[in-house]
Amino acid sequence: MTFTRTALAIAAVTAAAFALPAQAATEIQWWHSMDGALNDWVNDLAKDFNASQSEYKVIPTYKGEYDQSMAAGIAAYRANNAPDILQVFEVGTATMMYSKGAIKPVAEVMKEGGVKFDPKSYISAVSGYYTAPNGQMMSMPFNSSTTVFYYNKDAFKAAGLDPEKAPTSWPEVVLAAAKLKTNGSTCPFTTSWMTWAQVESFSTWHNVSYASKFNGFGGLDARLEFNSPLHVRHFENLANMSKQGLFVYKGRAGKASSSFISGECAMFVGSSGSYATIKRDAKFQFAESTLPYYPDVPGAPQNTILGGASLWVMSGKPAANYKGVAQFFSYLSSPQVQAASHQRTGYLPITMAAFELTEKSGFYKKNPGTEVPVNQMIRKTTDKSRGVRLGNFVQIRAIVDEETEQIWTGKKTAKEALDSAVSRGNELLAKFQAANK
Amino acid sequence: MEKRVFFRSNWLPWLLLAPQLAVVGIFFFWPAGQALVQSLQQQDAFGTSVTWVGLDNFKALWNDATYLASFQTTVIFSALVTVLGLSIALLLAVFADRVVKGATFYKTILILPYAVAPVVSGLLWAFMFSSSIGVVTYALHKIGFDWNHLLNSNHAMALVVMAAVWKQISYNFLFFLAGLNSIPKALIEAAAIDGARPWRRFWTIQLPLLAPTTFFLLVINMVYAFFDTFAIIDATTQGGPGKATSTLVYRVYFDGFRGMDFGGAAAQSVVLMVIVIALTVVQFRYVEKKVQYA
Repeated sequence: MTFTRTALAIAAVTAAAFALPAQAATEIQWWHSMDGALNDWVNDLAKDFNASQSEYKVIPTYKGEYDQSMAAGIAAYRANNAPDILQVFEVGTATMMYSKGAIKPVAEVMKEGGVKFDPKSYISAVSGYYTAPNGQMMSMPFNSSTTVFYYNKDAFKAAGLDPEKAPTSWPEVVLAAAKLKTNGSTCPFTTSWMTWAQVESFSTWHNVSYASKFNGFGGLDARLEFNSPLHVRHFENLANMSKQGLFVYKGRAGKASSSFISGECAMFVGSSGSYATIKRDAKFQFAESTLPYYPDVPGAPQNTILGGASLWVMSGKPAANYKGVAQFFSYLSSPQVQAASHQRTGYLPITMAAFELTEKSGFYKKNPGTEVPVNQMIRKTTDKSRGVRLGNFVQIRAIVDEETEQIWTGKKTAKEALDSAVSRGNELLAKFQAANK
Repeated sequence: MEKRVFFRSNWLPWLLLAPQLAVVGIFFFWPAGQALVQSLQQQDAFGTSVTWVGLDNFKALWNDATYLASFQTTVIFSALVTVLGLSIALLLAVFADRVVKGATFYKTILILPYAVAPVVSGLLWAFMFSSSIGVVTYALHKIGFDWNHLLNSNHAMALVVMAAVWKQISYNFLFFLAGLNSIPKALIEAAAIDGARPWRRFWTIQLPLLAPTTFFLLVINMVYAFFDTFAIIDATTQGGPGKATSTLVYRVYFDGFRGMDFGGAAAQSVVLMVIVIALTVVQFRYVEKKVQYA
């Protein structure tokens, strides 16, 4: 990482030395969390935009992982030194939204910048996530992912399962896992992002509440509700699978993905953003499919929940900077740039136009499975499935991780763990409400 | 015999002390005061709305069963890190002290881990013991031991202790070796002539003479286990499974820097500060009395 950063710094200095224009362009600082191949993508976006005009210069800077760059942005804001644009992961949305005066709503930036901006052109599950109760779009959707189901076709074939047919319901997943286990699999099914995939996304997919007040969209007094009978049933199911060796817990966050890529685990729920890495590294045939659901639940499947990040504009900058930001955002949301980004990274196309353009280009036919996340997301959202917007969300997710781990270790039943997670999380919500009154 | 310096003027001693006092003031009293103030406040991440909540943050901690449980975790963790770190380092130092050939090589090798950053050391151990790609996990599995620090809290504790001890051994080793070197050879030779075996020589001569070093290292290691290990815990277990390896300082780090709950984290650091002050008093009032300085 240090090497890349040094290399980038050298590159930036060299570029600056050669590109000294007669008239200095307005510089726009952009802090982000995209590393590796995604860092190249971000740098290319900035480079292309800078080349397209001479008035503004977007300078992207890698600031560490999502939570680190968010903490850095907040610290910088407190020291009156914030960047113009800050990339914040979806979990930080409520924190940003309720920060009085620290951010400038993107709708406002676009309007003042005199740029055409139509929030309706975005996929509703995406724009809805970043829209305030008064209908104003607060941040610019940038890289959005969602949860999908991956399975190892070779393992399916070896176990006598149809490799062209993924299990679509949870009972089918259990049956397939049992067959895989009989065939010698030590890890038939695993999941990454326990909280995002199996609690948040599970809730919207089945159209049940994660929290009251439309999952927090309706106000600060929302409280957690993910200990409903359906949630308990799901975790009891997973606990039984775990006991029988059909589900194997592989750790927090995205840790489980390496167990799928190595071929150890045959079925896997993970981020659609992992597609490119799996395609590059997996030494077996695999496919991407829709998430399983419980068929007897009315309204299921609904739509999956959003992950990834959006771009926030920080307040207190000169008007010229905002004009530049508006130009840059308008460049980012053009269908061509959007479609190219979607195809390059595996993130969702966040506008309908970009989706249609990608479809027309035949990309989905050439790369089967890549349309799955889009299809899961562009369904109509309901009040319960628009997303989750809660304060202290980073800690709430940590609590869910801690409590659900007690289920796999056998220390708590599914009901006890979920009840405890809800009551501990609600205390944090009350705290956030008090702090942001 | 005590030497005393008398100053004729009143301001000169203060002037001479000023740089030191300024450093202590800026780097200790100011942040400590800020922590105290913040622990009585509830503020949003950006610091735009700040409300006084009195002792609410402390009350919340008191009512949080997981916070109380992390005291126990911290005690177990610190005791293991300190005892294991000191005894293994002492053993290595005694051996290295006897090596004649290639002593510098051994010493250099033993000191190397100290140059590794805590988070890197944590990652290293996390990789070796990873459930899917770890070499050690694989080897243990071959001999029929099912290692799983993701679900077994004893395994998780063992992992963070190993990573923390491994990192600290070099430091302890250096001091023990220096301590051993400063013991007059004549004493040991005299004992040998009197017929004392190596174990007895170590136990009755070397170890008592190392007491000041050991005491110093005891303090340093306690402080290390309390304050410098959050990066290791974050890289290996993130405090899990459940809260099994979440020590007090890891919680401060997580709630403050990751969760951005500044009031709660400040209250926790005030609690930590009180504990450390108490520990220091105990150590210097009672433990130090048993230490013989030559």
